Amino acid sequence: MQEIINIFVKSIFIDNMIFAFFLGMCSYLAVSKTVKTSMGLGIAVVFVLLITVPLNYIIDNYLLKEGALAWISPKFATIDLSYLSFIIFIAVIAAMVQLVEMFVEKTSPVLYAQLGIFLPLIAVNCAILGASLFMQERQYNNLGEVTGFALGSGIGWLLAIVGIAAIREKLRYSQIPAPLKGLGITFIITGLMAIAFMSFLGIKL
Amino acid sequence: MAGFNFKLIKNPLSKENPITVQVLGICSALAVTAKLQPAFVMALSVTVVVAFSNLIISYLRNTIPPRIRIIVQLVIVSLLVILVDQVLKAFVYDVSKQLSVFVGLIITNCIVMGRLEAFAMSNKPLDSFLDGIGNGLGYAVILITIGVVRELFGSGSLWGYQIIPDSFYEMGYQNNSLMIMPPMALILVGIIIWVHRARNKELCEK
Repeated sequence: MQEIINIFVKSIFIDNMIFAFFLGMCSYLAVSKTVKTSMGLGIAVVFVLLITVPLNYIIDNYLLKEGALAWISPKFATIDLSYLSFIIFIAVIAAMVQLVEMFVEKTSPVLYAQLGIFLPLIAVNCAILGASLFMQERQYNNLGEVTGFALGSGIGWLLAIVGIAAIREKLRYSQIPAPLKGLGITFIITGLMAIAFMSFLGIKL
Repeated sequence: MAGFNFKLIKNPLSKENPITVQVLGICSALAVTAKLQPAFVMALSVTVVVAFSNLIISYLRNTIPPRIRIIVQLVIVSLLVILVDQVLKAFVYDVSKQLSVFVGLIITNCIVMGRLEAFAMSNKPLDSFLDGIGNGLGYAVILITIGVVRELFGSGSLWGYQIIPDSFYEMGYQNNSLMIMPPMALILVGIIIWVHRARNKELCEK
């Protein structure tokens, strides 16, 4: 249990998706104009991460890894399908996003109205595929740790996008040199926020 | 068809640069630029993937049903990325280890999807191929600039060879280790955008 909490906290603050790995930058820059919409996108990302990363973990462990097919028959124990992982992961993500979209539309129209426009965007958000690939690379021990990692990285991403959106709302009233307006200043502020987040680096979990 | 259209290669280098103007493909641009070599390999891989996926999609553009085009595009792109990944693993294993997940992330690189949607779906194969190469090069220019700055000031070397002489270090010169850290990449991109827009006033945001 302690291990799961460690991974959870670590993936929020130390291995933050945006500040440490720059994943999901595209939608981070495009949708961070107001706090409200960025909150919507952030929640959608947490949601999709929580579903796709554990699912991809199961697929990786029981189908793709070297020797993973041994549960069918010992004959398959030497097969290594991990070169297929990119295409399988992205297919799972695209399919799950579609499913989640349909499910949310049927069960909760209010939530759908809020998340609706963002859900299709998420299929091509690097943070989602990136989380699955990190999960594969870091070799977590069990499903609990993977879920903790997924939830943590989702919340880390949410924190980052809501933070920058709040700053950008205030920036509208500041005087910024014309060439730096919009994109330029957003990059520099993200850099400063990343420096702030680096202060968590010293924490050993 | 009027042969090669060089504008398609020239425009993305500056006026329509995928990173600084279209804001596509930032994710991978920043994470791989702490050293010059991985930045170069990454830029090359992205150029190959964009060019060939543009070419293939452009050939198929009239047969893909519009409703499922994203899935078709994703499948073709991930096929190309798997090929690139296997080639990198076979020939430059060290670099492939350094790039880690970022090769796989070319699949969701917005440059690839963005150019497919915006250009390849509505243009002829040769033009799309050139557009892909142009955008890949535009991406490469930024990546290599950042890579050079970060490696030179962060580690005092270029492509792994020491550039800053030992006598400098004896006089008390220190490498700026902040340069190798992630935040500096963001700030450098911000500065590049600043310089680029200051020189092309029409790109400034209101």
